[in-house]
Amino acid sequence: MGKIISILLVATFAMILNGCSFKPVQRGVKDKDAEDTQTDMSQEGQGKDDASYGLEQDGALTIKSLDDPNSPLSRRVLYFDLDSASISAEDRETISVHAEFLSAHPEISIILEGHADERGTREYNLALGEKRAKAAEQLFLLQGVSKTQIQIISFGEERPVALDHNETAWRLNRRVEILYSGY
Amino acid sequence: MIKKIIVLVLLSYWISFQAHAVLTIEITQGEDAGAPIAVVPFSWTGKGAPPEMIHEIIAADLRRSGFFNPLAEKDMLAKPDSAQQVKMKNWRAVNVDAVVVGNITAMPDGTYQVRFQLLDVYKGTQLAGYSISSRKPQLRRTAHQISDIIFKKITGQRGAFDTHIAYVTSSIDRKKQRTYRLAVADSDGHNEQTIYESRQPLMSPNWSPDGKNLVFVSFSRKRPEIYIQNILSGEIKRLASFKGINSAPVYSPDGKRLALTLSKDGNPEIYTLDLKTNKLYRITRSSAIDTEPTWMPDGKALVFTSDRGGSPQLYRIEVGSTGPVGRSKRLTFDGKWNARAAVSPDGRYLAMVHREEDKYQIAVQDLKTGHFRILTNSRLDESPSFSPNGSMIIYATEDNYRGVLAAVSVDGRAQQRLSLKSGDVREPAWSSYKQN
Repeated sequence: MGKIISILLVATFAMILNGCSFKPVQRGVKDKDAEDTQTDMSQEGQGKDDASYGLEQDGALTIKSLDDPNSPLSRRVLYFDLDSASISAEDRETISVHAEFLSAHPEISIILEGHADERGTREYNLALGEKRAKAAEQLFLLQGVSKTQIQIISFGEERPVALDHNETAWRLNRRVEILYSGY
Repeated sequence: MIKKIIVLVLLSYWISFQAHAVLTIEITQGEDAGAPIAVVPFSWTGKGAPPEMIHEIIAADLRRSGFFNPLAEKDMLAKPDSAQQVKMKNWRAVNVDAVVVGNITAMPDGTYQVRFQLLDVYKGTQLAGYSISSRKPQLRRTAHQISDIIFKKITGQRGAFDTHIAYVTSSIDRKKQRTYRLAVADSDGHNEQTIYESRQPLMSPNWSPDGKNLVFVSFSRKRPEIYIQNILSGEIKRLASFKGINSAPVYSPDGKRLALTLSKDGNPEIYTLDLKTNKLYRITRSSAIDTEPTWMPDGKALVFTSDRGGSPQLYRIEVGSTGPVGRSKRLTFDGKWNARAAVSPDGRYLAMVHREEDKYQIAVQDLKTGHFRILTNSRLDESPSFSPNGSMIIYATEDNYRGVLAAVSVDGRAQQRLSLKSGDVREPAWSSYKQN
């Protein structure tokens, strides 16, 4: 009986821990569950938050661009070679676009979430995910984004987006996601 | 090669709402290589069916070790239950070296008396004989203890059947929600119990040497943090939640310290944490990735993974109670990729994940002779962990891309596989001996 109680206590505690944890910060998510991401993006895009920033100079990226699928800001994933944290020329451009936007909006912050593919050991991949996110962070900082606007998280190989076990899937999983909090 | 599958149905006597896993053990190699032994069915004195098939548990233990090849029941010419009844010629006729006989008696107070004798068929002598008082929930454990005695008498080496394994499982429910569980089971996969559950990934379980606590990494707050849990009371404590990575926790052999990886100072470095004073000591200083520490059995050095040379290799560094002593020394030179070391309890062998072309396999390096050997041949093997007697290595592998556990003897001869019926199982950690 004592055993059952202790196990229930553990289960309860685990639930409490989960309950206290902050919500996933993902594209388009505010304080709702991650599952609502898709609908949030389309509905809240036209929300009143946008208006408060107003239009900026010609060609400048506005807050609204965050929800515009045609905006260069919609590219939010950087990809890597196996066991590598070097950033490709193409992804450098992606970073530049975001860096320009973030420099103009110091009130907005991002999470750089690093990931690895399933190959190699889990702990090493956790470190590799962080190394990738930090490599991206360096480029953001060089382009004038404040360190306070960036948070680094690594999930290693624990959160693959592609579940197959081939190079096509691995390429998609070796990534850094640029996540805007609140957008 | 004969394949034998033993399906073990686990009891779900606690938390009825939790879907319970079924672990299957499959001996994949080495069944016929071991010493021939007969484990005769134990007789039963009591009402109804015997409370536990003790002889089957013992035979399965011995077979799994790779050191024994138990005789099939149908090939036994007689089924004695005590030494007096054993006719040695019956056993010489079927070419076994040793016979185990025994009986179980129900006692008036509800307990059971388990008696067994181990006999040398050729010398005609008794090698061991014990009478053990047990209770229903402990009968499987009693069987494992008997296996340990037999193993010790015949191989001269301590058995590791009366031990536990911890591992992480991951499954997806009907709503496509993923659940991660930290589970503990007997060394034969029985009596699985979930001790921690999360919607977020769990990683890197490691046992305290006294078997009372597990330390592990949880993403329950959306980032890797280290927790410590008493597996009996369920009491849980967050141990490290610095900025960046908090991971790869490993108990020192005396249980007083942890080695761990933190990236709070910029990039992943190895630290030790004094569990009494809560003081941290930084061990490595390099701009590369340093992670996956493990202790040498004397507690005076750590082996860890570092890519400071360009790709992951294993290094060794001496540590004192307040930091490093001396500099890191590279240990592995076979191949371009070696990581996640485990050290055998006698300090002689270094098990690791070794990349050979596109395959990640378990390899062992003899630290005395330098001899290097690849033990497995799958696509993606991970997380080697030695049994406390050093004879087996349990590791994570896959079967049709599904995560399963496997064990291999250090000489590569015996192999077995433990898989869940659904979902993935990974990151096995073998406990130390139980401390009674």
